[in-house]
Amino acid sequence: MAKTIEEINQKIKKGEAVVFTAEEIIGVVKEKGLKEAAAEVDVVTTGTFGPMCSSGAYFNIGHSKPRIKLGGGRSYLNDVPAYTGLAAVDLFLGATATPDDDPRNKIHPGEFNYGGGHVIEELVAGKDVRLEATAYGTDCYPRKKLETWINIKDLNEAVLFNVRNAYQNYNVAVNLSNKTIYTYMGVLKPNLGNATYCSAGQLSPLLNDPYYKTIGIATKIFLGGGVGYVAWQGTQFNPTVARSENGVPKGGAGTLAVIGDLKQMSPRFLVGTSMLGYGPTLTVGIGVPIPILSEEILKYTTVTDDQIIGTVIDYSDAYPNRRNEPVGEVTYAQLKSGKITLQGKKVPTASLSSYPRAVEIANTLKDWIKTGKFELTQPVAYLPGPETGLTFKPLNERPIER
Amino acid sequence: MVDKKIVLHFPKRLVDRPIVSHLIKDHDLEFNILKASVTQDEEGLMVLELKGKQEEYDKGIAYLKEAGVIIESLSQNVIRNEERCTHCGACITICPVGVFELDTTTRQIKFQEKKCIACGICIKTCPPRAMELHF
Repeated sequence: MAKTIEEINQKIKKGEAVVFTAEEIIGVVKEKGLKEAAAEVDVVTTGTFGPMCSSGAYFNIGHSKPRIKLGGGRSYLNDVPAYTGLAAVDLFLGATATPDDDPRNKIHPGEFNYGGGHVIEELVAGKDVRLEATAYGTDCYPRKKLETWINIKDLNEAVLFNVRNAYQNYNVAVNLSNKTIYTYMGVLKPNLGNATYCSAGQLSPLLNDPYYKTIGIATKIFLGGGVGYVAWQGTQFNPTVARSENGVPKGGAGTLAVIGDLKQMSPRFLVGTSMLGYGPTLTVGIGVPIPILSEEILKYTTVTDDQIIGTVIDYSDAYPNRRNEPVGEVTYAQLKSGKITLQGKKVPTASLSSYPRAVEIANTLKDWIKTGKFELTQPVAYLPGPETGLTFKPLNERPIER
Repeated sequence: MVDKKIVLHFPKRLVDRPIVSHLIKDHDLEFNILKASVTQDEEGLMVLELKGKQEEYDKGIAYLKEAGVIIESLSQNVIRNEERCTHCGACITICPVGVFELDTTTRQIKFQEKKCIACGICIKTCPPRAMELHF
Protein backbone atom coordinates (compact mmCIF):
# COMPACT_ATOMS: atom_id res chain seq x y z
CA MET A 1 0.00 0.00 0.00
CA ALA A 2 3.04 2.25 0.25
CA LYS A 3 2.17 5.74 -0.91
CA THR A 4 4.48 8.42 -2.19
CA ILE A 5 4.39 12.13 -1.45
CA GLU A 6 3.77 12.62 -5.18
CA GLU A 7 0.60 10.50 -4.97
CA ILE A 8 -0.59 12.34 -1.86
CA ASN A 9 -0.05 15.68 -3.62
CA GLN A 10 -2.17 14.52 -6.55
CA LYS A 11 -5.01 13.88 -4.10
CA ILE A 12 -4.45 17.25 -2.38
CA LYS A 13 -4.68 19.00 -5.77
CA LYS A 14 -8.01 17.30 -6.43
CA GLY A 15 -9.25 18.20 -2.97
CA GLU A 16 -9.52 14.50 -2.10
CA ALA A 17 -6.81 14.07 0.50
CA VAL A 18 -7.85 12.33 3.73
CA VAL A 19 -6.40 14.32 6.61
CA PHE A 20 -6.68 14.01 10.39
CA THR A 21 -4.98 15.78 13.24
CA ALA A 22 -2.61 13.78 15.47
CA GLU A 23 -5.35 13.89 18.11
CA GLU A 24 -8.11 12.63 15.80
CA ILE A 25 -5.98 9.87 14.27
CA ILE A 26 -5.82 8.06 17.62
CA GLY A 27 -9.55 7.28 17.45
CA VAL A 28 -9.50 6.60 13.69
CA VAL A 29 -6.86 3.88 14.04
CA LYS A 30 -8.57 2.42 17.10
CA GLU A 31 -11.75 2.05 15.06
CA LYS A 32 -10.40 0.92 11.69
CA GLY A 33 -7.19 -0.77 12.61
CA LEU A 34 -3.75 0.17 11.41
CA LYS A 35 -3.88 -1.54 8.01
CA GLU A 36 -7.17 -0.08 6.84
CA ALA A 37 -6.43 3.37 8.26
CA ALA A 38 -2.98 3.44 6.62
CA ALA A 39 -4.58 2.74 3.25
CA GLU A 40 -7.16 5.49 3.69
CA VAL A 41 -5.34 8.29 5.48
CA ASP A 42 -2.95 10.52 3.54
CA VAL A 43 -1.74 13.07 6.07
CA VAL A 44 -1.70 13.56 9.85
CA THR A 45 -1.23 17.13 11.03
CA THR A 46 0.55 18.12 14.24
CA GLY A 47 0.83 21.37 16.14
CA THR A 48 2.64 23.10 18.96
CA PHE A 49 2.52 26.61 20.42
CA GLY A 50 5.08 27.45 23.09
CA PRO A 51 7.83 29.87 24.08
CA MET A 52 10.87 29.13 21.88
CA CYS A 53 13.86 31.31 22.76
CA SER A 54 16.15 30.38 19.87
CA SER A 55 13.96 32.33 17.46
CA GLY A 56 14.67 35.48 15.54
CA ALA A 57 14.21 37.31 12.29
CA TYR A 58 16.40 39.02 9.74
CA PHE A 59 15.52 42.09 7.75
CA ASN A 60 16.83 44.08 4.83
CA ILE A 61 15.67 47.61 5.47
CA GLY A 62 16.63 49.17 2.10
CA HIS A 63 19.27 51.84 1.49
CA SER A 64 18.87 55.36 2.85
CA LYS A 65 19.97 58.46 0.95
CA PRO A 66 22.79 59.16 1.62
CA ARG A 67 23.74 55.58 2.42
CA ILE A 68 24.63 54.14 5.82
CA LYS A 69 26.48 50.93 6.68
CA LEU A 70 24.81 49.49 9.76
CA GLY A 71 27.39 46.68 9.84
CA GLY A 72 29.90 47.29 12.61
CA GLY A 73 27.72 49.94 14.20
CA ARG A 74 24.79 49.74 16.57
CA SER A 75 21.15 49.37 15.65
CA TYR A 76 18.02 49.36 17.78
CA LEU A 77 14.43 48.45 16.96
CA ASN A 78 12.10 50.02 19.55
CA ASP A 79 15.21 50.28 21.78
CA VAL A 80 15.93 46.55 21.45
CA PRO A 81 19.43 45.91 20.07
CA ALA A 82 19.65 44.09 16.73
CA TYR A 83 22.73 42.29 15.44
CA THR A 84 24.60 44.36 12.85
CA GLY A 85 27.54 42.10 12.00
CA LEU A 86 26.32 41.71 8.44
CA ALA A 87 26.37 43.86 5.30
CA ALA A 88 25.17 47.46 5.06
CA VAL A 89 21.42 47.19 5.68
CA ASP A 90 20.83 43.63 6.92
CA LEU A 91 19.87 43.20 10.57
CA PHE A 92 19.16 40.15 12.71
CA LEU A 93 16.91 40.46 15.73
CA GLY A 94 16.86 37.70 18.33
CA ALA A 95 13.78 36.91 20.42
CA THR A 96 15.61 37.29 23.75
CA ALA A 97 17.30 40.63 22.96
CA THR A 98 16.66 43.12 25.76
CA PRO A 99 16.82 46.94 25.69
CA ASP A 100 20.16 48.30 26.98
CA ASP A 101 18.41 50.29 29.71
CA ASP A 102 16.21 47.43 30.92
CA PRO A 103 17.00 46.86 34.62
CA ARG A 104 17.17 43.11 33.88
CA ASN A 105 17.53 41.20 37.15
CA LYS A 106 19.01 44.10 39.15
CA ILE A 107 15.82 44.02 41.15
CA HIS A 108 15.10 40.31 41.17
CA PRO A 109 12.92 39.02 39.62
CA GLY A 110 13.12 41.35 36.60
CA GLU A 111 9.91 41.81 34.64
CA PHE A 112 11.29 41.78 31.07
CA ASN A 113 8.13 43.28 29.65
CA TYR A 114 9.62 44.06 26.24
CA GLY A 115 12.27 42.45 24.07
CA GLY A 116 13.08 41.05 20.65
CA GLY A 117 10.08 38.71 20.63
CA HIS A 118 7.77 41.66 21.21
CA VAL A 119 9.33 43.65 18.36
CA ILE A 120 8.79 40.68 16.03
CA GLU A 121 5.14 40.45 17.13
CA GLU A 122 4.61 44.18 16.52
CA LEU A 123 6.23 44.03 13.08
CA VAL A 124 4.07 41.05 12.11
CA ALA A 125 1.01 42.94 13.36
CA GLY A 126 1.86 45.68 10.84
CA LYS A 127 2.82 48.28 13.45
CA ASP A 128 5.49 50.88 12.75
CA VAL A 129 8.74 50.18 14.59
CA ARG A 130 11.40 52.79 15.46
CA LEU A 131 14.86 52.12 14.00
CA GLU A 132 17.76 54.04 15.54
CA ALA A 133 21.24 53.33 14.28
CA THR A 134 24.73 54.71 14.56
CA ALA A 135 27.62 53.80 12.27
CA TYR A 136 31.25 54.79 11.79
CA GLY A 137 30.89 56.11 8.24
CA THR A 138 32.95 55.19 5.17
CA ASP A 139 33.64 56.81 1.81
CA CYS A 140 30.89 54.73 0.19
CA TYR A 141 28.51 54.76 3.20
CA PRO A 142 29.07 58.26 4.67
CA ARG A 143 26.13 58.48 7.02
CA LYS A 144 26.73 57.99 10.76
CA LYS A 145 23.25 58.27 12.16
CA LEU A 146 19.79 57.09 11.17
CA GLU A 147 16.46 57.50 12.94
CA THR A 148 13.33 56.38 11.14
CA TRP A 149 10.08 54.51 11.43
CA ILE A 150 10.02 51.24 9.56
CA ASN A 151 7.13 48.99 8.63
CA ILE A 152 7.25 45.33 7.59
CA LYS A 153 5.48 46.07 4.30
CA ASP A 154 8.32 48.40 3.24
CA LEU A 155 11.17 46.04 4.09
CA ASN A 156 12.83 44.19 1.21
CA GLU A 157 12.95 40.98 3.22
CA ALA A 158 11.58 40.09 6.63
CA VAL A 159 12.34 36.44 7.36
CA LEU A 160 11.69 34.46 10.50
CA PHE A 161 14.67 32.18 11.09
CA ASN A 162 14.59 30.14 14.26
CA VAL A 163 17.61 27.98 14.98
CA ARG A 164 15.96 25.73 17.56
CA ASN A 165 12.21 25.19 17.74
CA ALA A 166 9.69 22.41 18.32
CA TYR A 167 11.66 20.42 20.89
CA GLN A 168 10.87 16.74 20.77
CA ASN A 169 9.76 16.37 24.41
CA TYR A 170 11.13 18.47 27.25
CA ASN A 171 11.97 18.50 30.94
CA VAL A 172 9.26 18.79 33.57
CA ALA A 173 10.47 21.48 35.98
CA VAL A 174 10.20 21.50 39.77
CA ASN A 175 11.88 23.32 42.66
CA LEU A 176 13.25 21.24 45.57
CA SER A 177 14.68 24.27 47.42
CA ASN A 178 12.87 26.26 50.08
CA LYS A 179 12.54 29.50 48.14
CA THR A 180 10.65 30.54 45.00
CA ILE A 181 12.74 30.48 41.82
CA TYR A 182 12.16 32.30 38.52
CA THR A 183 13.14 30.23 35.50
CA TYR A 184 12.53 29.83 31.79
CA MET A 185 10.09 27.13 32.91
CA GLY A 186 8.09 29.77 34.78
CA VAL A 187 7.80 30.57 38.47
CA LEU A 188 8.57 27.46 40.50
CA LYS A 189 7.27 27.41 44.03
CA PRO A 190 9.44 26.00 46.85
CA ASN A 191 9.37 22.44 48.16
CA LEU A 192 7.73 20.90 45.09
CA GLY A 193 5.02 23.57 45.19
CA ASN A 194 4.27 23.13 41.48
CA ALA A 195 5.58 21.46 38.34
CA THR A 196 5.66 23.04 34.87
CA TYR A 197 5.90 21.41 31.47
CA CYS A 198 6.06 22.65 27.91
CA SER A 199 5.00 20.23 25.18
CA ALA A 200 1.85 19.59 23.22
CA GLY A 201 2.40 15.88 23.95
CA GLN A 202 0.43 13.68 21.58
CA LEU A 203 -0.06 16.60 19.16
CA SER A 204 3.59 17.72 19.10
CA PRO A 205 5.35 17.41 15.69
CA LEU A 206 8.47 15.40 16.52
CA LEU A 207 6.69 13.17 19.04
CA ASN A 208 4.58 11.90 16.14
CA ASP A 209 7.60 11.10 13.99
CA PRO A 210 10.05 10.00 16.68
CA TYR A 211 12.71 8.64 14.32
CA TYR A 212 12.43 11.51 11.77
CA LYS A 213 11.22 9.14 9.03
CA THR A 214 9.27 11.88 7.21
CA ILE A 215 10.33 15.25 8.64
CA GLY A 216 13.54 16.47 7.05
CA ILE A 217 15.24 19.43 5.44
CA ALA A 218 12.79 21.27 3.12
CA THR A 219 9.68 19.87 4.80
CA LYS A 220 6.97 22.48 4.26
CA ILE A 221 5.28 23.46 7.52
CA PHE A 222 2.83 25.84 9.21
CA LEU A 223 5.03 28.54 10.76
CA GLY A 224 3.73 31.49 12.74
CA GLY A 225 0.41 31.48 10.91
CA GLY A 226 2.01 31.28 7.46
CA VAL A 227 4.05 28.81 5.46
CA GLY A 228 7.62 27.94 6.38
CA TYR A 229 10.17 25.21 5.87
CA VAL A 230 12.46 23.05 7.96
CA ALA A 231 15.88 24.55 7.22
CA TRP A 232 18.08 22.12 9.13
CA GLN A 233 18.10 20.08 12.31
CA GLY A 234 17.76 22.49 15.22
CA THR A 235 20.70 23.24 17.51
CA GLN A 236 21.29 20.90 20.45
CA PHE A 237 19.88 18.09 18.28
CA ASN A 238 20.23 14.97 20.38
CA PRO A 239 18.68 11.86 18.84
CA THR A 240 20.48 9.42 21.16
CA VAL A 241 18.64 10.25 24.41
CA ALA A 242 16.84 7.47 26.30
CA ARG A 243 13.64 6.40 24.54
CA SER A 244 10.60 4.43 25.63
CA GLU A 245 9.78 1.15 23.86
CA ASN A 246 7.55 3.06 21.41
CA GLY A 247 10.58 5.09 20.31
CA VAL A 248 9.47 8.29 22.00
CA PRO A 249 12.33 10.14 23.72
CA LYS A 250 11.99 10.64 27.48
CA GLY A 251 13.54 14.10 27.35
CA GLY A 252 14.60 16.84 24.95
CA ALA A 253 15.87 15.12 21.79
CA GLY A 254 15.28 16.30 18.23
CA THR A 255 14.72 19.99 17.37
CA LEU A 256 13.99 21.92 14.18
CA ALA A 257 15.59 24.96 12.60
CA VAL A 258 12.80 26.64 10.65
CA ILE A 259 12.54 29.50 8.19
CA GLY A 260 9.72 31.42 6.54
CA ASP A 261 8.55 34.75 5.16
CA LEU A 262 7.52 36.87 8.15
CA LYS A 263 5.33 39.05 5.94
CA GLN A 264 2.67 36.36 5.59
CA MET A 265 2.64 35.36 9.27
CA SER A 266 0.24 36.45 12.01
CA PRO A 267 0.58 37.87 15.53
CA ARG A 268 -1.84 35.21 16.71
CA PHE A 269 0.92 32.64 16.21
CA LEU A 270 3.98 34.77 17.05
CA VAL A 271 3.49 36.24 20.49
CA GLY A 272 6.04 38.34 22.38
CA THR A 273 6.41 36.70 25.78
CA SER A 274 8.01 37.63 29.12
CA MET A 275 9.34 35.11 31.60
CA LEU A 276 9.54 36.76 35.02
CA GLY A 277 13.13 36.83 36.30
CA TYR A 278 14.38 35.16 33.11
CA GLY A 279 13.86 37.32 30.04
CA PRO A 280 11.80 38.13 26.98
CA THR A 281 11.17 35.50 24.32
CA LEU A 282 8.83 34.60 21.47
CA THR A 283 6.00 32.09 21.58
CA VAL A 284 5.92 30.35 18.21
CA GLY A 285 3.22 28.32 16.51
CA ILE A 286 4.42 25.39 14.38
CA GLY A 287 2.51 22.65 12.61
CA VAL A 288 4.13 19.85 10.66
CA PRO A 289 2.25 17.56 8.25
CA ILE A 290 3.18 13.89 8.39
CA PRO A 291 2.60 12.01 5.13
CA ILE A 292 1.26 8.54 5.86
CA LEU A 293 3.61 6.61 3.61
CA SER A 294 3.42 3.32 5.53
CA GLU A 295 1.72 1.55 8.41
CA GLU A 296 4.83 2.13 10.52
CA ILE A 297 4.66 5.89 10.01
CA LEU A 298 0.94 5.88 10.84
CA LYS A 299 1.56 3.86 14.00
CA TYR A 300 3.96 6.51 15.30
CA THR A 301 1.28 9.20 14.87
CA THR A 302 -1.14 7.32 17.14
CA VAL A 303 1.01 7.98 20.20
CA THR A 304 -1.07 9.09 23.19
CA ASP A 305 -0.24 11.25 26.20
CA ASP A 306 -0.09 8.22 28.50
CA GLN A 307 2.69 6.77 26.30
CA ILE A 308 4.86 9.90 26.43
CA ILE A 309 7.17 10.20 29.41
CA GLY A 310 8.63 13.45 30.69
CA THR A 311 11.64 13.53 32.99
CA VAL A 312 11.24 15.68 36.11
CA ILE A 313 14.22 17.93 36.83
CA ASP A 314 14.98 20.13 39.84
CA TYR A 315 15.64 23.67 38.60
CA SER A 316 16.94 24.96 41.94
CA ASP A 317 20.10 22.86 41.94
CA ALA A 318 20.47 19.90 39.56
CA TYR A 319 19.66 21.89 36.40
CA PRO A 320 21.76 25.03 37.05
CA ASN A 321 24.70 22.91 38.14
CA ARG A 322 24.32 20.53 35.20
CA ARG A 323 23.90 17.42 37.31
CA ASN A 324 22.00 14.55 35.78
CA GLU A 325 19.81 13.69 38.76
CA PRO A 326 16.19 13.32 37.69
CA VAL A 327 13.54 13.61 40.38
CA GLY A 328 11.32 11.12 38.56
CA GLU A 329 9.37 10.30 35.44
CA VAL A 330 5.74 11.15 34.68
CA THR A 331 3.49 10.77 31.66
CA TYR A 332 1.85 13.66 29.83
CA ALA A 333 -1.53 12.15 30.73
CA GLN A 334 -0.58 12.58 34.40
CA LEU A 335 0.73 16.10 33.78
CA LYS A 336 -2.46 17.09 31.97
CA SER A 337 -4.64 15.75 34.78
CA GLY A 338 -3.51 18.75 36.85
CA LYS A 339 -1.62 16.84 39.53
CA ILE A 340 1.35 14.49 39.67
CA THR A 341 2.83 12.61 42.61
CA LEU A 342 6.49 13.18 43.39
CA GLN A 343 8.32 11.99 46.51
CA GLY A 344 4.96 11.04 48.00
CA LYS A 345 3.61 14.56 47.52
CA LYS A 346 0.74 15.70 45.26
CA VAL A 347 2.18 18.42 43.05
CA PRO A 348 -0.09 20.71 40.96
CA THR A 349 0.97 21.08 37.33
CA ALA A 350 0.92 23.97 34.87
CA SER A 351 1.66 24.09 31.16
CA LEU A 352 3.69 26.80 29.45
CA SER A 353 2.62 25.84 25.96
CA SER A 354 -0.97 26.33 24.84
CA TYR A 355 -2.72 23.09 23.92
CA PRO A 356 -5.87 24.85 22.57
CA ARG A 357 -3.73 26.85 20.16
CA ALA A 358 -1.74 23.73 19.18
CA VAL A 359 -5.09 22.14 18.27
CA GLU A 360 -6.00 25.26 16.28
CA ILE A 361 -2.71 24.99 14.36
CA ALA A 362 -3.19 21.28 13.56
CA ASN A 363 -6.75 22.01 12.41
CA THR A 364 -5.70 25.00 10.29
CA LEU A 365 -3.03 22.94 8.58
CA LYS A 366 -5.57 20.17 8.05
CA ASP A 367 -7.95 22.65 6.37
CA TRP A 368 -5.17 24.02 4.15
CA ILE A 369 -4.31 20.51 2.96
CA LYS A 370 -7.93 19.40 2.49
CA THR A 371 -8.78 22.47 0.44
CA GLY A 372 -5.74 22.09 -1.79
CA LYS A 373 -3.94 25.18 -0.48
CA PHE A 374 -0.97 23.34 0.95
CA GLU A 375 0.95 20.56 -0.80
CA LEU A 376 3.59 18.45 0.87
CA THR A 377 7.28 18.48 0.04
CA GLN A 378 9.75 15.65 -0.18
CA PRO A 379 12.68 16.28 2.19
CA VAL A 380 15.96 16.85 0.35
CA ALA A 381 17.89 15.33 3.27
CA TYR A 382 16.86 13.65 6.52
CA LEU A 383 17.63 14.68 10.07
CA PRO A 384 20.27 12.62 11.88
CA GLY A 385 18.62 9.69 13.64
CA PRO A 386 19.83 7.71 16.65
CA GLU A 387 21.87 5.48 14.31
CA THR A 388 24.27 8.39 13.69
CA GLY A 389 25.34 8.30 17.34
CA LEU A 390 25.06 12.09 17.43
CA THR A 391 24.94 13.48 20.96
CA PHE A 392 24.52 16.87 22.57
CA LYS A 393 27.91 17.78 24.02
CA PRO A 394 28.41 19.84 27.16
CA LEU A 395 31.02 22.58 27.29
CA ASN A 396 34.17 21.30 28.91
CA GLU A 397 36.02 24.45 29.86
CA ARG A 398 39.73 24.77 29.16
CA PRO A 399 41.54 27.43 31.17
CA ILE A 400 43.13 30.21 29.13
CA GLU A 401 46.79 30.60 30.21
CA ARG A 402 47.97 34.20 30.50
CA MET B 1 -27.62 38.94 51.68
CA VAL B 2 -24.65 41.08 50.74
CA ASP B 3 -21.16 39.94 49.86
CA LYS B 4 -18.73 42.80 49.36
CA LYS B 5 -15.01 43.35 49.18
CA ILE B 6 -13.94 46.57 50.89
CA VAL B 7 -10.68 48.35 51.61
CA LEU B 8 -10.22 49.70 55.15
CA HIS B 9 -7.68 52.40 56.00
CA PHE B 10 -6.84 52.59 59.70
CA PRO B 11 -5.31 55.91 60.78
CA LYS B 12 -2.24 55.57 62.99
CA ARG B 13 -4.23 56.09 66.21
CA LEU B 14 -6.46 53.10 65.45
CA VAL B 15 -3.83 50.58 64.44
CA ASP B 16 -3.55 49.04 67.90
CA ARG B 17 -7.31 48.80 68.53
CA PRO B 18 -9.30 45.56 68.03
CA ILE B 19 -11.73 47.10 65.55
CA VAL B 20 -12.29 44.13 63.27
CA SER B 21 -12.80 41.96 66.33
CA HIS B 22 -15.65 44.25 67.47
CA LEU B 23 -17.05 44.45 63.96
CA ILE B 24 -17.52 40.70 63.91
CA LYS B 25 -18.50 40.10 67.54
CA ASP B 26 -21.17 42.77 67.59
CA HIS B 27 -22.63 42.11 64.14
CA ASP B 28 -23.76 38.90 62.50
CA LEU B 29 -21.23 39.04 59.67
CA GLU B 30 -18.91 36.56 58.05
CA PHE B 31 -15.50 37.93 57.16
CA ASN B 32 -12.45 36.92 55.21
CA ILE B 33 -9.22 38.92 55.39
CA LEU B 34 -7.80 39.09 51.88
CA LYS B 35 -4.89 41.37 52.64
CA ALA B 36 -3.58 43.18 55.74
CA SER B 37 -0.54 45.39 56.22
CA VAL B 38 0.81 48.32 58.18
CA THR B 39 2.47 50.95 55.99
CA GLN B 40 5.70 52.82 56.72
CA ASP B 41 3.62 55.70 58.11
CA GLU B 42 2.12 53.19 60.53
CA GLU B 43 -1.28 53.34 58.93
CA GLY B 44 -3.17 50.10 58.66
CA LEU B 45 -4.61 48.74 55.43
CA MET B 46 -6.94 45.80 55.17
CA VAL B 47 -8.85 44.25 52.31
CA LEU B 48 -11.85 42.49 53.72
CA GLU B 49 -14.66 40.42 52.30
CA LEU B 50 -17.85 40.88 54.33
CA LYS B 51 -20.91 38.66 54.03
CA GLY B 52 -24.23 38.91 55.83
CA LYS B 53 -27.72 40.42 55.90
CA GLN B 54 -27.98 43.94 54.46
CA GLU B 55 -29.09 45.31 57.84
CA GLU B 56 -26.13 43.79 59.70
CA TYR B 57 -23.77 44.92 56.94
CA ASP B 58 -25.02 48.51 57.15
CA LYS B 59 -24.69 48.55 60.93
CA GLY B 60 -21.17 47.13 60.67
CA ILE B 61 -20.13 49.78 58.16
CA ALA B 62 -21.65 52.49 60.38
CA TYR B 63 -19.63 51.16 63.32
CA LEU B 64 -16.40 51.28 61.29
CA LYS B 65 -17.08 54.83 60.12
CA GLU B 66 -17.85 55.96 63.65
CA ALA B 67 -14.63 54.40 64.90
CA GLY B 68 -12.73 56.53 62.36
CA VAL B 69 -11.89 53.89 59.77
CA ILE B 70 -11.86 55.15 56.19
CA ILE B 71 -13.75 52.77 53.89
CA GLU B 72 -13.38 52.38 50.16
CA SER B 73 -14.86 49.84 47.85
CA LEU B 74 -12.27 47.58 46.25
CA SER B 75 -11.33 49.89 43.44
CA GLN B 76 -8.84 47.77 41.61
CA ASN B 77 -9.65 44.63 39.83
CA VAL B 78 -7.72 42.24 37.68
CA ILE B 79 -9.11 41.49 34.27
CA ARG B 80 -8.01 39.14 31.54
CA ASN B 81 -7.27 40.56 28.11
CA GLU B 82 -8.92 37.83 26.06
CA GLU B 83 -7.06 38.92 22.92
CA ARG B 84 -3.70 38.31 24.59
CA CYS B 85 -4.44 35.18 26.57
CA THR B 86 -3.17 32.07 24.79
CA HIS B 87 -4.65 29.61 27.32
CA CYS B 88 -1.23 28.17 28.08
CA GLY B 89 -2.09 27.70 31.75
CA ALA B 90 1.06 29.08 33.39
CA CYS B 91 -1.21 31.00 35.80
CA ILE B 92 -2.92 27.96 37.28
CA THR B 93 -0.43 27.10 39.99
CA ILE B 94 0.49 30.74 40.68
CA CYS B 95 -2.85 32.16 41.85
CA PRO B 96 -3.12 31.85 45.66
CA VAL B 97 -6.91 31.53 45.60
CA GLY B 98 -7.36 29.24 42.59
CA VAL B 99 -9.06 31.71 40.26
CA PHE B 100 -7.82 29.86 37.18
CA GLU B 101 -9.36 26.53 36.38
CA LEU B 102 -8.44 24.14 33.59
CA ASP B 103 -11.29 22.80 31.50
CA THR B 104 -9.97 19.29 30.94
CA THR B 105 -12.01 18.85 27.75
CA THR B 106 -11.18 22.03 25.83
CA ARG B 107 -7.95 22.62 27.82
CA GLN B 108 -8.96 26.27 28.00
CA ILE B 109 -8.33 28.19 31.20
CA LYS B 110 -11.40 29.57 32.95
CA PHE B 111 -10.90 32.88 34.80
CA GLN B 112 -13.32 32.91 37.72
CA GLU B 113 -13.34 36.65 38.32
CA LYS B 114 -15.60 36.44 41.37
CA LYS B 115 -12.95 34.56 43.35
CA CYS B 116 -10.24 37.14 42.53
CA ILE B 117 -8.81 39.12 45.45
CA ALA B 118 -6.86 41.47 43.17
CA CYS B 119 -3.50 40.54 44.69
CA GLY B 120 -1.91 40.97 41.26
CA ILE B 121 0.52 38.03 41.45
CA CYS B 122 -0.66 36.73 38.06
CA ILE B 123 0.11 40.00 36.27
CA LYS B 124 3.88 39.62 36.06
CA THR B 125 3.88 35.84 35.90
CA CYS B 126 1.60 35.62 32.86
CA PRO B 127 4.03 35.02 29.94
CA PRO B 128 2.05 36.95 27.28
CA ARG B 129 1.07 39.56 29.92
CA ALA B 130 -2.66 39.02 29.43
CA MET B 131 -3.66 39.87 33.02
CA GLU B 132 -4.22 43.57 33.63
CA LEU B 133 -4.87 45.66 36.72
CA HIS B 134 -7.69 48.15 36.32
CA PHE B 135 -8.54 50.97 38.72
